[in-house]
Amino acid sequence: MATLHGVMAEFDAPETLVHAADQAYRAGYRNLDAYSPFPIEGLSEAIGFHTNRLPLLVLGGGLCGAFVGFGLQYWVSVINYPINVGGKPLNSWPAFIPVTFEVTILLAAITAVLGMLALNGLPMPYHPVFNAPRFALATRDRFFLCIEASDPLFDRSTTREFLKGLGAKEVVDVDD
Amino acid sequence: MTTTATPEPSPVIGPGYNYGSITDKISLIVLTGNTPLSWFAGFAVSFAMLQLLQLAVVWTLLFGVGTWGINIPVGWGFAIVNFVWWIGIGHAGTLISAILLLFRQQWRTSINRFAEAMTLFAVSCAGLFPLIHMGRPWFGYWLFPIPNTMGIWPQFRSPLVWDVFAVSTYATVSLLFWYVGLIPDLGTLRDRARHRLTKIAYAMLALGWRGSARHWHRYETAYLLLAGLATPLVISVHSVVSFDFAAGIIPGWHTTIFPPYFVAGAIYSGFAMVLTLMIPLRWLYRLEDFITTRHLRYMANVMLATGLIVGYGYVMEAFTVWYSGNPYESYMLLNRLTGPYAPAYWALLLCNLVIPQLLWSDRVKACVPLLFGISLVVNVGMWLERFIIVITSLHRDFLPSSWGMYSPTWVDWGLYIGTLGLFLTLLFLFIRVLPMISIFEMRTLVPTAPAPAPAPQPTPAAGD
Repeated sequence: MATLHGVMAEFDAPETLVHAADQAYRAGYRNLDAYSPFPIEGLSEAIGFHTNRLPLLVLGGGLCGAFVGFGLQYWVSVINYPINVGGKPLNSWPAFIPVTFEVTILLAAITAVLGMLALNGLPMPYHPVFNAPRFALATRDRFFLCIEASDPLFDRSTTREFLKGLGAKEVVDVDD
Repeated sequence: MTTTATPEPSPVIGPGYNYGSITDKISLIVLTGNTPLSWFAGFAVSFAMLQLLQLAVVWTLLFGVGTWGINIPVGWGFAIVNFVWWIGIGHAGTLISAILLLFRQQWRTSINRFAEAMTLFAVSCAGLFPLIHMGRPWFGYWLFPIPNTMGIWPQFRSPLVWDVFAVSTYATVSLLFWYVGLIPDLGTLRDRARHRLTKIAYAMLALGWRGSARHWHRYETAYLLLAGLATPLVISVHSVVSFDFAAGIIPGWHTTIFPPYFVAGAIYSGFAMVLTLMIPLRWLYRLEDFITTRHLRYMANVMLATGLIVGYGYVMEAFTVWYSGNPYESYMLLNRLTGPYAPAYWALLLCNLVIPQLLWSDRVKACVPLLFGISLVVNVGMWLERFIIVITSLHRDFLPSSWGMYSPTWVDWGLYIGTLGLFLTLLFLFIRVLPMISIFEMRTLVPTAPAPAPAPQPTPAAGD
């Protein structure tokens, strides 16, 4: 049979999940993840997730867009094919702003989406947590906390007991 | 006050719903085996209209734009009228999904998904018109800065090129925003689908979403950033569309009020379209608990406010004409009021300025059929507005010797009605295969104080 991925506890309210996640983190567990049908404030902090590099990536994407957008127009109008239109300066930068703006937004938005997916490791069609029998309810009305076997403190029976003590409805083993 | 037993602080969601029943109610619209007959009827009509579009487009490609009513002096006919009208309709979707999100307006939650889909489909319809208006649409790629054999580039000082960038960016960002919003709901559909093929299809689209706390955290950041990016974008798009006119020297076009006036008009027509579509849908799919009379009232308020801004635009246009003392501008106004297209101008004032004033009354806003009627009137009015702007300015400009008249042909009408068919066909497909209300966002509206108790189930949820 497959190896153990971790043990998963099921909760029926967002508050109990946040509380349980917080307690598990305080107890020293680090390789854990919580699953919920909607974003819950404070949940990611409770499992010790603080660093979010996405805004910085999006800023980078936007700056790249601004540079590419303006650079393209400058290069085309001044270097590659200079053409005198009604005596206007070749680098007529105010007229280049709309396109620069649009390309900035475009690249920033694409970075936001692709960056979010990449940092989340998506697309990932298979993940061990889907093996938990009732996990389909994580996209409906149930809340799950999974402590993974890779955690140094992990011990199958004590971790199970620990999760049960946090008010879990049910605790199951999750195979890899 | 309202007669439908909803007092002023009415909730944004009907009573008695929990996470599960919300999920079931919305996802069952998609996952049911019984498609309502009304869906088939609506789809059939829309699909028939879409065939008209195919015919008109093929006709245009075979015989050229000479089959349209355009000629000199009116080189911009229905194509540009429809382009601006459709793009404008799209703007309400972005306003609802992005700007109202930034303002933390919770009531947007039950209408944003649908409005975003509407944006996407409206932009698809809009994009078609400039393309076939080119005459030689197979050279459409010349609009993009791609090196070609002649070594020349688009003219970046021209608003028409800005428009290419604005509209294509807008279409892309709208698609991304809509899809990102859909990912968690696609996960729900994957987990709730019974049929194997359905399950696989939704699983592929859901990208393996599992609702991890880390994922939600980045997801929310990305969503908020997208909203922040889409907000200035939507303003820029219709501003750039208005530059297409304002940068020209034609009387009636060459005015600085155009960008804000166009943006307000876009939101006005877009909210009218949202109401036009939402009112029958909430009735057909029994969604009155999610799209409450409070939603309708708020949308009517936005319509009234933007309608007043548009009205201010009309007044300012006339004021500028008088204040500038420019004879060509004066004639433009006189021609609008009394010329050959005067009936359209007066109808436009009636539709956009006079009739929407009914929305000041709370009783009108509570009367759903009347609201539906007003939204239709505004849609017509906003179309007439673009018709007036495009046609009356062009058909009589500076030299009376070059004046002319414009009348659309059957191909013009075919394209217009056909894009309505394209729009409605896509919408019907959308409500059939994707959740038209954002399920995961609706869950967050469940009152948290009485957390869903484990034992007592509330009133049996619809369908499950």
